[in-house]
Amino acid sequence: MTLSADDTRKIARLSRIRLNEDEIEGYTNELNGILHWIEQLQEVDTDGVEQMTSVADMALPMREDVVTDGNIQEKVLQNAPGSEYGCFTVPKVIE
Amino acid sequence: MSELTSLTVTEMRAKLAAKDVSSVELTQAHLDAIDAQNAELNAFVAVDHKGALEQAKASDARIAKNEYGLLEGIPVAVKDLFCTEGLRSRSCSHILDGFVSPYESTVSGHVKTEGGICLGKTNMDEFAMGSSNETSHDGPCYNPWQLNKKLVPGGSSGGSAAAVAARMAPLSLGSDTGGSIRQPASFCGIVGVKPTYGRCSRFGMIAFASSLDQAGPFARNVQDAALALQAIMGHDAKDSTSAQMEVPDLTNLTPSLKGVRVGIPKEYQVEGMDPEILSLWEKGKELAKAQGAEIVDISLPHTHYALPTYYIIAPAEASSNLARYDGVRYGLRVVEDGDGINDLYEKTRAAGFGAEVKRRILIGTYVLSAGYYDAYYKKAQRIRTLIANDFKAAYEKCDVILTPATPSAAFAAGEKLDPVTMYLNDVFTVPASLAGLPGLALPAGLNKEGRPLGLQLLGKPFDESGLLNAAFGFEQALEFKASPFGA
Repeated sequence: MTLSADDTRKIARLSRIRLNEDEIEGYTNELNGILHWIEQLQEVDTDGVEQMTSVADMALPMREDVVTDGNIQEKVLQNAPGSEYGCFTVPKVIE
Repeated sequence: MSELTSLTVTEMRAKLAAKDVSSVELTQAHLDAIDAQNAELNAFVAVDHKGALEQAKASDARIAKNEYGLLEGIPVAVKDLFCTEGLRSRSCSHILDGFVSPYESTVSGHVKTEGGICLGKTNMDEFAMGSSNETSHDGPCYNPWQLNKKLVPGGSSGGSAAAVAARMAPLSLGSDTGGSIRQPASFCGIVGVKPTYGRCSRFGMIAFASSLDQAGPFARNVQDAALALQAIMGHDAKDSTSAQMEVPDLTNLTPSLKGVRVGIPKEYQVEGMDPEILSLWEKGKELAKAQGAEIVDISLPHTHYALPTYYIIAPAEASSNLARYDGVRYGLRVVEDGDGINDLYEKTRAAGFGAEVKRRILIGTYVLSAGYYDAYYKKAQRIRTLIANDFKAAYEKCDVILTPATPSAAFAAGEKLDPVTMYLNDVFTVPASLAGLPGLALPAGLNKEGRPLGLQLLGKPFDESGLLNAAFGFEQALEFKASPFGA
């Protein structure tokens, strides 16, 4: 499998990273370099092997479904690049 | 070089307890060492002079009342990846510009409640993605060894390793995803420990790959590292993957290798390996044997596939974790008049992430995308099981595993350019990361150019005690005494 420039454009769109046209070729080549190197995994026989879901041999703990913190609006917003009326701001998304 | 900054932590604690020195004096000596060297090394990206001295004063007040935490009065440097309340916490990324954490990570919080003094934040590869500290938005950090040659300190925890090697701090915190503690420890000639996955809480660590990330300490000797590790281990309700297991006592290590079964994996002897690394490994085996250890040949047949497996799993998890940097809730925002929400996302992320981070997000997005998920991601998770099974079988025959820590000594900044060549730095550290095992690097010698080389010891899951005791035995046998400032 070799990625084309269009594949790179599509992946960049999915990743929400804008790439300039003059960057596409470089990234395509680098991604192909990495993917070809990864390709060697196809030679490993993994029939009947379970996918790893957790490295540690343990079940996820359960807890009561209760509120354990909150009322920290100021802290939540303190690093926001834009906020108004106690909310994050974004560009207009509906007409 | 101040005498105080050359002491071991054990010596510092004795002097503090005897009131020979105050924490304020000890902290000031390290701040002076930072101020004298940081312009050249760039190991720290933020130095908290005022806060550190205030903490030291409070620590002296506790010492006066004979109240001692494990790290009482001891200065500690903290990787920029840990959220530290009121201090910058940016994983050395442009996209976290201006971010000051409103809360404290569990691990750095443990350091403080045990009396440790936070000196500041250390340099690192952006979002811990790199093996040379060159992807940092704050500029490269340099290795204190042979400073005129501008060697890399390794990465991603390059600043934390350089700070301890340069005696700017006796201890530091780092994080290890595929080797980010062990490789820089090896490059800087110090000890670096990656605990078992789940041993330390990940709460408040800026996430890279959540199934692999673990916090761990750097120190100049095994006992100091063990003490720092003691302070940060333990279950945390805020991290559901942190293990509810009893924490071992690492404060009374015995330097004995007698009867310890040391496994030597044949697959780690790779083609074209540096003969100096090979002979160092051989020396490690001989020393262990002389100390009464039993050398056991073992096989980890899927070793060769660990690195490509890692470069599917880690970028996949990174692409999900880094989706949170959207220019809305924190950090950088790039937006122009008339832009919609997608423009904001795409422009912010284009400007905020460096090239290596972008590469990994793109790879991760691709291997998780419809049509490729089975061929790449699922396949990698299956091979990860095989790699973990290899270790499980090996540990029926041995107690610890001895390998080289890195395939080379520190190289010059700017030397390694293509991504895959850089990734090969972690060839010996990544397999244990995928299996969640504890491991450490300890300094073992200098190569003919005078650069430090390390050995790696791996332990059984949650057997930090066996691992650190064996490391203490190796340390005594290896007698590594060199430092960037001479023997």
